[in-house]
Amino acid sequence: MSEASISSGAAGGPSHVSKISEAVIRIAGNSQDGIQAIGGFLARLAGRSEQEVITFMTIPSTISGGPSIFQVRIGTGEVLSAGDEADLLVAFYQHSYNDHLNSLKKGGLVLYDCDHVEPNPAYEAQYRHIKVPVSSLTVEAIGGAGRDKGKNIFVLGLLAKMYALNVEKLVGLVSERFRGKDPSVLQNALGAFNAGYAYSLDKAVETFQFAGELAGRGSQVVMTGNEAIAYGAVAAGIRFGAAYPITPSSEIMEILRHELPKYGGSFIQCEDEIASMSMALGASYAGRLAITSSSGPGISLKMEAVGWGIMAEVPVIIVDVQRGGPSTGLPTQVEQSDLNIAVYGSHGDAPRIVIAPTSVEDAFYTTIEATNLARKYSVPVFILSDQAIATRIEAFPEPDLEKICQDIMPSLDPVESHKAYDLAAPDGLVAHKPPGTRMLDGRYPVVTGLEHDEYGHPSGSAKLHTVMTAKRRKKIQALAATLPAPAVYGAPEGDVLLITWGSAKGPAQEVVDRAQKAGERISALNIRYIQPLPGGLEAIFDRFKHLFVVELNDEGLYGFGQLAGLLRSVYCRKNITGINKTEGLTWKVREIHDLVHAKLAALKS
Amino acid sequence: MNAPTSLPATEAERKPLTKKELVAEHPTWCPGCGDYSVLALYYKMIERQKLHQEKFVSVSGIGCSSRFPYFVQAHGVHFIHGRSLPFATGVALARPDLHVFVFGGDGDLFSIGGNHMVHAARKNTKMSVVCMDNYVYGLTKKQTSPTSPIGYKSKTDNWGAVDQPLNPVKMVIACGATFVARTTHTNPNHLLETMEAAMHHDGFSVIECLSECVEFYPGAFDSANPRKGGQFLTVPADHDVTNEAAAYKLADAPFPGYFGVFYNVNRPSKNAREAKVNATAMEKFKGLKDWQILKKTMERMK
Repeated sequence: MSEASISSGAAGGPSHVSKISEAVIRIAGNSQDGIQAIGGFLARLAGRSEQEVITFMTIPSTISGGPSIFQVRIGTGEVLSAGDEADLLVAFYQHSYNDHLNSLKKGGLVLYDCDHVEPNPAYEAQYRHIKVPVSSLTVEAIGGAGRDKGKNIFVLGLLAKMYALNVEKLVGLVSERFRGKDPSVLQNALGAFNAGYAYSLDKAVETFQFAGELAGRGSQVVMTGNEAIAYGAVAAGIRFGAAYPITPSSEIMEILRHELPKYGGSFIQCEDEIASMSMALGASYAGRLAITSSSGPGISLKMEAVGWGIMAEVPVIIVDVQRGGPSTGLPTQVEQSDLNIAVYGSHGDAPRIVIAPTSVEDAFYTTIEATNLARKYSVPVFILSDQAIATRIEAFPEPDLEKICQDIMPSLDPVESHKAYDLAAPDGLVAHKPPGTRMLDGRYPVVTGLEHDEYGHPSGSAKLHTVMTAKRRKKIQALAATLPAPAVYGAPEGDVLLITWGSAKGPAQEVVDRAQKAGERISALNIRYIQPLPGGLEAIFDRFKHLFVVELNDEGLYGFGQLAGLLRSVYCRKNITGINKTEGLTWKVREIHDLVHAKLAALKS
Repeated sequence: MNAPTSLPATEAERKPLTKKELVAEHPTWCPGCGDYSVLALYYKMIERQKLHQEKFVSVSGIGCSSRFPYFVQAHGVHFIHGRSLPFATGVALARPDLHVFVFGGDGDLFSIGGNHMVHAARKNTKMSVVCMDNYVYGLTKKQTSPTSPIGYKSKTDNWGAVDQPLNPVKMVIACGATFVARTTHTNPNHLLETMEAAMHHDGFSVIECLSECVEFYPGAFDSANPRKGGQFLTVPADHDVTNEAAAYKLADAPFPGYFGVFYNVNRPSKNAREAKVNATAMEKFKGLKDWQILKKTMERMK
């Protein structure tokens, strides 16, 4: 299907074409309508067009579907969040229209399927309405028994027209998507796309054109956070994994189960979470540094074995895609309430490394970094992702794979002698020697969860427990000493420092951008290393009056969220307080900004 | 995965390990414990099978018998309670070049680790599991175990155990283990022979070895010991080890029952099945470096 034939179908035309630098498009329907597919196409198109993109989606926790949205923010400038308010709402149903009009900017556009939606006259005054019989036109375009299946692609055609999107690239993406299926599927999809594109949008007061591409952005890849962690693990050289299905992390195991065999590796679906943690530790012990991925309830179950990894000093990667908790909680919604379990979970004094990536791109590189830290420090490393990062799509510069892909297969060459828990080792760091390694002095280690001597033999000695406990702590402290202080976003001093971790980083930085324009002295600081904390934080804290920790969790019994509590316990500063919410959704920029104002007002009174 | 680095050329000249070289710390077991016998015959098996330390690993969970790896001068793992089987599965799948031996008790392998036994057997990963079954929790001092017979008086059942004991042999056959045998610590030759047969089995092999707890269940297995007036009945010579129903029937015999191999079939191991998956997947990317394979994948994400 050539572009020419598509264009020739277009008739009529809107009155005005506006140049824009970004657009927020919210598509609301039911989960079985394939609205994620539209969003996915738009995101990938942005990736191919050297634009930035962040998406946001909600999915019902039931299989049979239910209301669902997909929001895409595409821009030719830096995109930090999925956007507070939509420029355009596409409403498939009455409930989509009723529930999501308030997410639209005042004066924004709503494109509704008039086969299902009866517009509200009160809203018609506030928002510009575009009426399109999406369902019946889709049926007309495709025909057959598919009913209105394909209306998502029809809408994609409409959007392509409205936003002057690159049709050739979009058609390419649609064709790739349906390649390998029955040819009629692609034919129908293109039929629906063309019908949407050809539909006369003359009732729309304006259409839009993105102003240019991001200069020097180069080739981009487009993926979700779960994909980024899975492919990050491949690049890191991880060739073994084990997990148990759980929302919203299952995708990581599904991808690795499929991908690792190409590299001679294996990913094993286990009978339960405990088995998957144990199996990952077994493979790691055996010399194949392993990954396991899970979410809240699964992380709780893994904790005894995590403690073993810390005691036995066996490296392993644990991905926690956080969802609302406790217990089964909100399986498909976001929360940042697993910081405490990642940092403190498991019994006893059990120091480990915890890193919280902030975006899809960061999740990719964090997985490589986590792998290297686990190996160097012989310790379990947590990657604290969350449902929002896991499911959102971002475009980022294609990684230089030749440079970053690593081979981490250990040597099995004989060694003269080996103390698995050598107390004299600098910083307590002993490289793990897997079984199969011959030890020429004839002494072999037992790798164990019992307190032990330098060879791993059990000891109840008070002195040994003291020095071994200190050894396990000191190596993490040694890592802390190497971590640079994070950079402040915005002015280096001011009234308010917004402290974030994980997915709250982007929206908080956008608050800073807005605040600076308004003359407010607000800056932001993201902490990626949750444990150990990097040095230099105190010097940064000194330069701000108020330290507000913005996190998606509860304010807790004593008034502080989980990172706020940790920071207060470490830095003993009364001016560390929290900005928290627990509604299962990501932060909106305005929400944070309003809460900052409210807190400042409360502090004054 | 890369093939493990090959060992020095002197390999062929190395002498089998002796008991002296294999002994590590002195066992912490009570004098007279049946587990000593299993340990002694494990040394013997390693010597006879000419295994060197870089060729095998001993894995255990928690319990008296799970102290086992500390007493062997070789690579060993003392993991957490009940989870030795998934750990050992990780070792075995990551390192098909190693012989993986798992030691544990009835509580570790059949109570807290019961679900793992089900799935380890089902997966049929190549490893040998020796359950030192003493019918009681010893390390925690006399609580009822999943194999305690009804009426056994423990600290948690002063009036005698009330729950139906499970039958390890029947259970692991039902779950898909491909080599299932029963032996006892009082018959060293039989124990050694059984361990050697298990070691050479290409799949998941399980041995239930009666191992007396002299402290909390003395005399439990006297009726299986001719020296104590009992009888040691071997599996009948005409038993078909590939006949699952016959194996069940044999395993149902009242205590002390039979000793020997109940079930022994060839079903592709998890190792073999995963290797096949990998061979197929790798064939498509022959000649490419890892980063080139990943680059190909990422082309689809543009």
